[in-house]
Amino acid sequence: MHSSIVYALNLGEPYGFQFFRNGTLVALIAGGLCGLLGVFVVLRGMSYIGHGLSHAVFGGAAASAVMNFNYFIGAGIWGVVSGVLIGRIARRRIIGADAAIGVVTTASFALGLALLNRYGQAKRSIEAVLFGSVLGVKNSDIIAVLVVAVLATVVIVLGYRKFLFSTFDPEVAEVSGVKVSLMEAALMVMLSLTILVTMRVIGTLLISALLVIPAATARMLTNRFSRMLWISPLIGAASAFLGMNVAYHTNTSASAMIILVGASAFTCVYFGSGVRGRRRMASFGHL
Amino acid sequence: MKVAEKDVLVHCHHVTCAYGDVAVVNDVNLTLHRGEFAGIVGPSGSGKTTLLKAVLGSIKPVHGSIDMLKGLRLGYVPQVESVDWNFPVTVLEVIVMTRGEKKWWPRITTAERAAAEGVLEQLGLGGLSGRHIRELSGGQQQRVFVARALFHSPDILVLDEPTSGVDVRTRHEVLHLLADLHDAGMSVLLTTHDLNGLAAHLPRLICLNKEIVADGSPREVLVPDVLEKLYGAPMHVLEHGGMPVVLDHSENPMLGRFGGKAV
Repeated sequence: MHSSIVYALNLGEPYGFQFFRNGTLVALIAGGLCGLLGVFVVLRGMSYIGHGLSHAVFGGAAASAVMNFNYFIGAGIWGVVSGVLIGRIARRRIIGADAAIGVVTTASFALGLALLNRYGQAKRSIEAVLFGSVLGVKNSDIIAVLVVAVLATVVIVLGYRKFLFSTFDPEVAEVSGVKVSLMEAALMVMLSLTILVTMRVIGTLLISALLVIPAATARMLTNRFSRMLWISPLIGAASAFLGMNVAYHTNTSASAMIILVGASAFTCVYFGSGVRGRRRMASFGHL
Repeated sequence: MKVAEKDVLVHCHHVTCAYGDVAVVNDVNLTLHRGEFAGIVGPSGSGKTTLLKAVLGSIKPVHGSIDMLKGLRLGYVPQVESVDWNFPVTVLEVIVMTRGEKKWWPRITTAERAAAEGVLEQLGLGGLSGRHIRELSGGQQQRVFVARALFHSPDILVLDEPTSGVDVRTRHEVLHLLADLHDAGMSVLLTTHDLNGLAAHLPRLICLNKEIVADGSPREVLVPDVLEKLYGAPMHVLEHGGMPVVLDHSENPMLGRFGGKAV
């Protein structure tokens, strides 16, 4: 049946399946959401935190699966605890934040792996969490990603200037009366929630790419923060939509295709926008 | 203790700041009045920036207190080197950033735009509001950040090392700009390690090396005694064009190394 799908290339065909409709809807919203928060991730040089958080949440996801606990609550609590731990360790200043993230999140990831090995229906569930799966998308997933997307959009629009100020120039923002630590905490919570609700579709290993690629591409296309905030989600959503369809017709992993479509867009813009675009990229040397 | 006098903007009362157990600023008493133009000078690690940040409120003193005029508005200009010039913002966006108006839609209003254009015009940056911050010259970049601080309608302008990392021409521009603002009634407090290029031009210098070593006009404080206390090394002071010029008195360590010639 699969080979016939590949050769027929009936573009409308996958939409006959409930799982594909649900999966595409979640991916579309997830792509936009990751694109939106990715703007902050990229401009603040936090791509490593995105990477780390997704690995930490994996531990929580595994633990809640093994203990038959609700995924959102279990992994959510786990993610928040990891975030707090990272902050605690980094505040002692003996080791840097990057090392703290490395320790906490990889330990959490390893624990998740061990739990799934020992108690889970190991192989299948591990693959699903690591690489994402569109097959198991439930209505609750759609609602969760939609709620987080609406919440993040509202928070970012309402706090636009404060987010911009504390991202661009936290020191002066603080002196000017912006509660920078509150804005940072809000971003971390939104980032954790985003990872939480998109992880089951995109997968632990590829989420950080979806947080970085659309925003980095948008950065090359514009010199305006305000424009980045809609171009990046647009690129994220478009990559997700195209990636889902390509994956169906080529019978490959959806999350891999989503990232590859995004990476292709990045490459095109990188070469298409010439020296000017690449110079804009220079602002994030950590990539 | 509330500051009673209307003209006292900031009063530091036995202020000590520390990182961990190490005191960086020790027992500082300092009063700044409206209309003053003062510079904090001292060697690296002397606590200049720490004292400035204590005045700004971003560092809490471990001892002593800092009293401010009620409702004092501070306009802070950070070091140029601390700014990410590749950040995707235009001049206009940088300037209106400080105004946290209580409105839910983030768009810049016509009134804000007009006010910002006015400040830009005043600083000789007219017509540049749509430019990306990277596309400006060094002097213009520095002025944009002064403009942002002014847009906040401050009582006092606070600048951290306004001439560090800028070329001679920009330094002149900055100095002239600050002098003009001061003439127009603005109070200014800055830190600098540039004794000849900047400090010697200011009306009041506060010499800081953890403690206040001296406080007065350049003629009073840029003297060998004070400078030796401040830097822990002997220094010469000459006079040029009616202004003190400080010379480093230390021996040239390169002398005699490269075939006997100084490099």
